Amino acid sequence: MHRYLAGEDDRRRMLAAVGCSSVEDLFVSIPAEVRCGELPLATARSEEEVRREFWELAGRNIAPECTASFLGAGVYRHVTPAVADALLQRGEFFTAYTPYQPEVSQGTLQAIFEFQTFICQLTGMEVANASLYDGATGVVEAVLMAHRLLPDRPRVVAAGSLHPDYRAVLDTYCAPQGLSVVTVPADATGRVDAAAFAKAVGSEACAVVLQSPNSFGVIEDLPALGAIVKSAGAMAIHAVAEATSLGILAPGGAFGYDVVCGEAQAFGIPAAFGGPHLGFFATRQAHLRQLPGRLVGETVDSEGTRGYVLTLSTREQHIRRAKATSNICTNHGLMALAATIVLSLLGKKGVREVALASHATAEYLKAGIRAQGAGGKVKLAFPEAPTYNEFLVLHDDPDGLLACMKEELILGGVSTTRFGAGLPRGFLVAATEHNTRQECDRLLDALRRLA
Amino acid sequence: MSDKTSLRQREGLIFERSSPGRVGYQLPPLEVPPADPAKTIPAGLLRGEIADLPEVSEVDVVRHFTRLSKWNYSVDEGLYPLGSCTMKYNPRINEEVVRLAGLAQLHPLQPEDQVQGALALMWELEQALIAVTGMARVTLQPAAGAHGELTGMLMIRKALADRGEKRTVVLIPDSAHGTNPASAVFAGFEVVEIASTPEGTLDLGAVGKRLEGGDVAALMVTVPNTLGVFEPEIVKAARMLHERGAFLYMDGANLNAFVGIAQPGKMAVDALHINLHKTFSTPHGGGGPGAGPVAVSDALVPYLCVPTVENAGGRFTLSYDRPKSIGKVRGFYGNFGMLVRALAYIRSLGRDGLRLMAEGAVLNANYIRKGLEADYHLQYTGPSLHEVVFDDSLQAAAGVKNVDIAKRLLDYGFHPPTMSFPLIVHGALMIEPTESDGIDELDAFIAAMRAIAREARETPDLVKGAPYGTPVRRLDEVRAARQPVLRWQARKA
Amino acid sequence: MANPSDRLYTKSHEWVQLAGGEATVGITQYAQEQLGDIVFVELPAAGKQVTAGGVLGNIESVKAVSEFLAPVGGEVIAANGELEGHPELVNQDPYGKGWLVRLKAAGAPAGLMDAAAYEKFLAEESH
Repeated sequence: MHRYLAGEDDRRRMLAAVGCSSVEDLFVSIPAEVRCGELPLATARSEEEVRREFWELAGRNIAPECTASFLGAGVYRHVTPAVADALLQRGEFFTAYTPYQPEVSQGTLQAIFEFQTFICQLTGMEVANASLYDGATGVVEAVLMAHRLLPDRPRVVAAGSLHPDYRAVLDTYCAPQGLSVVTVPADATGRVDAAAFAKAVGSEACAVVLQSPNSFGVIEDLPALGAIVKSAGAMAIHAVAEATSLGILAPGGAFGYDVVCGEAQAFGIPAAFGGPHLGFFATRQAHLRQLPGRLVGETVDSEGTRGYVLTLSTREQHIRRAKATSNICTNHGLMALAATIVLSLLGKKGVREVALASHATAEYLKAGIRAQGAGGKVKLAFPEAPTYNEFLVLHDDPDGLLACMKEELILGGVSTTRFGAGLPRGFLVAATEHNTRQECDRLLDALRRLA
Repeated sequence: MSDKTSLRQREGLIFERSSPGRVGYQLPPLEVPPADPAKTIPAGLLRGEIADLPEVSEVDVVRHFTRLSKWNYSVDEGLYPLGSCTMKYNPRINEEVVRLAGLAQLHPLQPEDQVQGALALMWELEQALIAVTGMARVTLQPAAGAHGELTGMLMIRKALADRGEKRTVVLIPDSAHGTNPASAVFAGFEVVEIASTPEGTLDLGAVGKRLEGGDVAALMVTVPNTLGVFEPEIVKAARMLHERGAFLYMDGANLNAFVGIAQPGKMAVDALHINLHKTFSTPHGGGGPGAGPVAVSDALVPYLCVPTVENAGGRFTLSYDRPKSIGKVRGFYGNFGMLVRALAYIRSLGRDGLRLMAEGAVLNANYIRKGLEADYHLQYTGPSLHEVVFDDSLQAAAGVKNVDIAKRLLDYGFHPPTMSFPLIVHGALMIEPTESDGIDELDAFIAAMRAIAREARETPDLVKGAPYGTPVRRLDEVRAARQPVLRWQARKA
Repeated sequence: MANPSDRLYTKSHEWVQLAGGEATVGITQYAQEQLGDIVFVELPAAGKQVTAGGVLGNIESVKAVSEFLAPVGGEVIAANGELEGHPELVNQDPYGKGWLVRLKAAGAPAGLMDAAAYEKFLAEESH
């Protein structure tokens, strides 16, 4: 038998109880034509053999742990408290199911209620859901919600400085809904071209998506752009790819935006080669019934004790079926718990300190690059634009330069060639409180020598 | 049975633990010069400290979440017989390997030569899922089963458009999970519901009739169905659909019933999603994350999400060379952390273990069926595979409903079965034990259910007033919906 | 609670009371019992046009959603604003304070039942 299964004697006794002479009797309902023979897989491996295989696979990768890493572009490495994973590894949290039976799920439910609260506090919005898959699908859900609220407007406007993956996913989901997505490019300062923006929004847009800081790291003029969207009667959506930016930057909620959504991976979720991460979604009370995803609400039990339950479930697929606000069922609940733990540890002071440190580290790098002057072969793409912790550096052979730096155990940034044509040639450099001064100086020195 | 004298603490919200000046972290000292944001960022775009974020110590956080965890039931604790959820054991070796720095810390945008191990892992998982399903290729991109359904339906939509056909209808049995119609609608289709036969299976006659319209893009079907019964005419259904140029989508939620025994590839399925968090043991995490890879037939391979992982003699690449691809359905490549766990599980079980897994799942469900059929009503009496759907009609005479039975089961130390699903069984109790459980755990569950059935006959009020031993009693869900309170707020001074 | 005789009933358990070309619509005692505790009522906006049998709105309990239909065709004049804060009025007083919509009736009602016929219909349905 196998260590994850019941034993031979269990099987023998159960077969006797159900009146079968062999297990094969239980499968008579499966016709011969769909049966398969032995699966073309290896036999069972011991734990030690599994360890060896995965050690070997892991060993074929370069873990940023071993390098000075300045990779961003939607996934950010921040200092993560040891306690977070220790708590997440409690089986009561990670082996539990969706909290449909609230009496035995108060742990999960209360933690999600706290998560919803944290997201409202960070985004300045009134209500937040219990998580979505990631930033890209978060943006999609916002746009689809806008279209449900404004069904006669078939147009979506997206800033050209929206993360390329967010935009790609938006295109995938909008096509079957008959929604056209119009791009407003960035201007020479790396920000949305305000005049082109106003024109694109017009009077037919249901949703307008602005990312800030945008995919070049530049901070957009959210209030001015938001005003244009609201006066056109469309839904203003603030997308966030680096959630720690909310520690020092005012969110869309401060400027009358209808949705603030995006990616909260930066709050302690491992990069994990792209997933699972943590989509978040926050909106106004007025849109509550159109909100996608699960919601946890506060209530009392039959003895007046405060408790938490999944609520407003009639929005969701298991009840509303074809008319649901989203098809989402399984979400990213454990990642929401991870972020809740990290946000609890950081708290009021820490959220701010992480943001200030990340910003300061990036400013130090920018100053260093500027100091290399006209002689340097790398230059800031948008030297005057305000940034948070990420900025675009221009170079005509970013892949070659980054490869050279990798040889010195420096992962200098993400080449824009990863994102196809249309973006300026160069690489995105992201810095967080995780990067030491020594690492920064090594990067600057490498740029000086190798560019 | 119930223990109200345990060490279970009353624990408020983390915000209610807050005390000015407490800190729960310490960052390394800032060695670069501090930078005042106001020097480079316009003041109107800045914010100050967020007033209501909590201030708690690390000890506060540990105590808080530890206490919260003790209010949860979990697979680690005992049987979790939720039909359609496959709540099997979540092996710890999976948790160990996924945390290896060479996997956990990888950035998805590192150049391919830096991540050959990660790409190899994804390729290996795709091969393993091809071996299990008998399909042609697998996309690992979708983050959950519903996400996989949407992905599969988008591929079907693209395939039809590619043929120059516009078919707007998707047929879905009334026994289907709610995600099926929701996903079909998000993929741009219109849903037509097909009533099940009196045996609870697919009504092939109704399907055939509706196919005559020429506007059917696909049939979405769960195999075995949501009653735990194998669809006897699945091959015939596939043939009918294909003759009419329509596709067959399979909801793979119930795959645990036949891994190593049968294959969707042999059922002529065009696409199916696989719930890694069901069949392949990745943990449910209190609601997610999961992963919903979609396996496709040759016909749909051109439409797969990009990028795919390609293997050129041991050199792995991310390929975007798929002109007819539906594009991306999420950022980056997939829930890699769940893919790692699933591959570790497949390796741990191996070819024989996976078959034993399915056999165990089906045997356990039938053992429970045998143990309960004298006390609970079975509306559909066809042979059960990995799950069995009873209902509360025998108990309803005393006014005891499935909800009451479920709440009373909590007092006996078990998580209740799935209720209110499938919709074709009123007062449903859908029981799926999984192969993880031994005869002792199943016997304890059967004994508990039988005891409740006796209570329902003799002292129905006791059942109706349950639960008695849980951290909270029945919660007022009406109030939660009528007066939604969805976040904590600081009391105004 | 007996079904009042001053109004007509549909097979989908709505009632309609006509007065001077205006029709007030609600759901019956049986309907609210079946739905359980009502948590939200989605009501149409004034000016919305409906045909007889068309969907006027939705009624939600914790675990279910039900459409309610127009017993007669017409144009929506008003919806019961009280229900936003007090959806339980539909449970407590389905024939009075729990009214749902007032329509300007486009024509005479057809195929509806009086109280006695509706009671008979209910008795047959439950078999």
